[in-house]
Amino acid sequence: MARDPQGALVALNRFGFGARGGAASDFSSAASDPRGFVKAELGRPNAALLDAPGLQSSPALAQAVFDYQHDIKRQREAAAKTAQAMAAIGDDLTRKMQNDLPKELAAESGLEMKPGVATSTTSPDVMQPTASPKQPPKPLNIIQKTFRAEALARIQRATMAESGFVERLVTFWSNHLCTSASKGELARIWSGAFEREAIRPYVLGNFGEMLRAVEQHPAMLFFLDNQRSFGPQSRAGQNRKRGLNENLAREIMELHTLGVNGGYTQDDVAALARIITGWTFAGRDGKLAPPGTFTFFANAHEPGPQKLLGKVYEDTGLAQGEAALADIARHPATAKFIATKFVRHFVADDPPPALVAKLESTFKKTGGDLRAMTLALVDADEAWHAPMTKIRMPYEYLVAAGRMMGRIPEDPQRYLGGLNVLGQPLWAPAGPNGFADTNAAWAAPEGIKLRLDIASQIASRIADNVDPRALLDVVAGEAASTETRQTVERAESRQQAFALLLMSPEFQRR
Amino acid sequence: MSDIPMDCCESHTARGLTRRALLLGSATFAAWAYLPKFARAKDGRDPRFVTIILRGALDGLATVAPVGDPNYAGLHGSIALSLDGAHAATPLDSFFALHPSMTEFARMYKDKKAAVVHAVATPYRERSHFDGQDVLESGFGGPGRVQSGWLNRALEAMPRGERVMSGLAVGPTTPLVLRGAAPTVGWAPPYIPQAADDTAMRLVNLYNHRDPALAAALSQGLQIDRIAARDDSMKPKRGMNGAAAMRLAAKGAARLMAADDGPRIAALAFDGWDTHANEGGSVGRLAQLLSGLDGALAEFESGLGERWRDTVIVVVTEFGRTARINGTEGTDHGTGTVALLAGGAVNGGRVISDWPGLKVANLYEGRDLKPTADLRGVIKGVLRDHLGLGERVLAETVFPDSGAVKAMQGLVV
Repeated sequence: MARDPQGALVALNRFGFGARGGAASDFSSAASDPRGFVKAELGRPNAALLDAPGLQSSPALAQAVFDYQHDIKRQREAAAKTAQAMAAIGDDLTRKMQNDLPKELAAESGLEMKPGVATSTTSPDVMQPTASPKQPPKPLNIIQKTFRAEALARIQRATMAESGFVERLVTFWSNHLCTSASKGELARIWSGAFEREAIRPYVLGNFGEMLRAVEQHPAMLFFLDNQRSFGPQSRAGQNRKRGLNENLAREIMELHTLGVNGGYTQDDVAALARIITGWTFAGRDGKLAPPGTFTFFANAHEPGPQKLLGKVYEDTGLAQGEAALADIARHPATAKFIATKFVRHFVADDPPPALVAKLESTFKKTGGDLRAMTLALVDADEAWHAPMTKIRMPYEYLVAAGRMMGRIPEDPQRYLGGLNVLGQPLWAPAGPNGFADTNAAWAAPEGIKLRLDIASQIASRIADNVDPRALLDVVAGEAASTETRQTVERAESRQQAFALLLMSPEFQRR
Repeated sequence: MSDIPMDCCESHTARGLTRRALLLGSATFAAWAYLPKFARAKDGRDPRFVTIILRGALDGLATVAPVGDPNYAGLHGSIALSLDGAHAATPLDSFFALHPSMTEFARMYKDKKAAVVHAVATPYRERSHFDGQDVLESGFGGPGRVQSGWLNRALEAMPRGERVMSGLAVGPTTPLVLRGAAPTVGWAPPYIPQAADDTAMRLVNLYNHRDPALAAALSQGLQIDRIAARDDSMKPKRGMNGAAAMRLAAKGAARLMAADDGPRIAALAFDGWDTHANEGGSVGRLAQLLSGLDGALAEFESGLGERWRDTVIVVVTEFGRTARINGTEGTDHGTGTVALLAGGAVNGGRVISDWPGLKVANLYEGRDLKPTADLRGVIKGVLRDHLGLGERVLAETVFPDSGAVKAMQGLVV
């Protein structure tokens, strides 16, 4: 097969996470067979599963949070007793309020990313953004430790993967069906587990199954408040004088499936909310089930049939909601919404209608087979010939930089800090619609300026044995433009050349 | 070693230039500068306009509570504000009371430098945040129509001048309200050391040849950083919470806008107002957020210095929340809410409202505060009386097809 450098750039950047440095010859492999290079990972059994040592299940993590919260409470009570201070009440209140606020600014503040090629003469502390006076670092609590371990496992996988296409699929679906780590302690400790348990097993499986796994996952139920939604006529609702919370039901239809113009009404939102009352997870007392597991709390379930999108669902308990979800997952509006978002992510902000129609039809024909839809994308010529107008999102950008350096990440803080600066804090979008997927969001003036600052900081830590010209070949081979090559070659230092390479259109666009 | 020029650079245009030279050379930027019509008018006014978008749908009934409405306390239940108790709401008049965490706004109100418009909404009547924000920011009657915002189109409609920079977007991305044909500049609190000028210029040069869109974005990003001189107090601190981050963003924006050649118009967006559960009443999560907003307004007041007297800040949100609390001590997506105005040029000390009442029969769809004022009319009133935009351009360009929505009178001194 003839060598196809432009196809290689598309294979590596549009579909994957960029070429790896070091011993890998990704660019050559991609150039000799771009489609084959992209598809290779899809054929691997369980390609999307992530099972790193030490990562725990959601119930085990919930138990850890409950234990941690119990410890904190005991310590506080002990402290309050010794001090015999009235003020403790006020303190507790303040702390409670702070706990409800987004924490990512506070939690991850290491900001530079480690290129990790060789040691630098610069002390790492010089790079700390706030240059605060040295204090002994506080030991990490179980939530922070878990978040970092989950982040590291994900970043390592993305950095080591061959093309990274499957990992790109994971980031797409995880963003489409997102939770946010800033919702609270449970949400934060569950961020990684949610993705491992409810997203990864299905990215090459069936959409309806993914949807059920997501909407029944404790992380989602917690994020969108469904564990606190009670059927007004249910026994628990009557006893506790509690009622509906429409949040999850609304976002299921608006964001996860039908899309905002998908033909549902406020009455449908309320109906779905009633249908999924009782979908909850067991708390620390473990009365209903082991703490942190999904459970159906029949006492909170609104009794009676419900009419949703013109169809009546009899009250069959848990099965009522599962039937409704299955229908919504197969709805034509869902096929259209999913196909549009998928093409927008991989190809263009304004998705080519013919390509969307192709994927939409595959989705409908196969009942939501995501492997089939993904293959339809890779097989479509439009996906290969569309100009590379999209800019990498911050996560893709930092992972691509790490891959180019050819080193396995060891410190997730550098990535997490970089993501915070660039406006894409890991697993913590501002709302349930996830991070935006358009150039307007990521190629804005301040964003590009910050990217340059980050690139310079990464570059300032590379060693003198790195040859940026060789790295340009790793990244873009003969597809690199003359101007980019000259800009890299004529830079006044290796570090500057490296920063310019990281900012070049060949590295930014996909 | 660094003194010796590398011989590969002989043809390099950027070498030896400073970033400043680069910026002065970018003539396109100056051509896109704007001067509000009233600048240098006989009263010497040099107007500043800020819009703050609260994303997530602010509970207007918890911010400015209709304590005089007999149905309020029952509907809002455990999170209703009251005039009694430890955290009593501040009475604004005989009917409305302000959330107790907004002490700065209360002071401005007393000084007649702040006002409230209640039972207000955009034309959007559904309950999707994202569509609601689209209508709020695009200025169109429905969602998804355009990729430009009313504030950007207002900029375009203003006379162009040489000294004044274009609109300022605070944060790593530009909100839709300020996106469009008129170029804008972005600024965010600096979190990391900046790249060297020389590296930046080489990159602009590369982008100019290979990627015009990135060239434009980077040039504007660089230009605004020059004006926001580095300042330790601008740096986010470890452990900073959302309220402190709001203050910091406002402080930086105020510094930029106070300069004679700084931007006159800015947009900020604060997240986190979607209070489905545990909203809190006089204390709690919403209280914390409102105190952040209150602090941001105070930062504008102190940072703008003399220019505060020429300033109008309009705080808006995509829609309100249900009048009745839900099953989880929160509120769901609703319709009518408040708009807040603050600034030395505000004709304040008033709650402006054609109050619809909170009887169930008076609620919108039996659940939300019924809107009796169109938010576009509020903004039109400010744009007309503060920035000098004409009725026609407001009705046709800034808020298309809004001829029937009259600009609210008398919002500006």
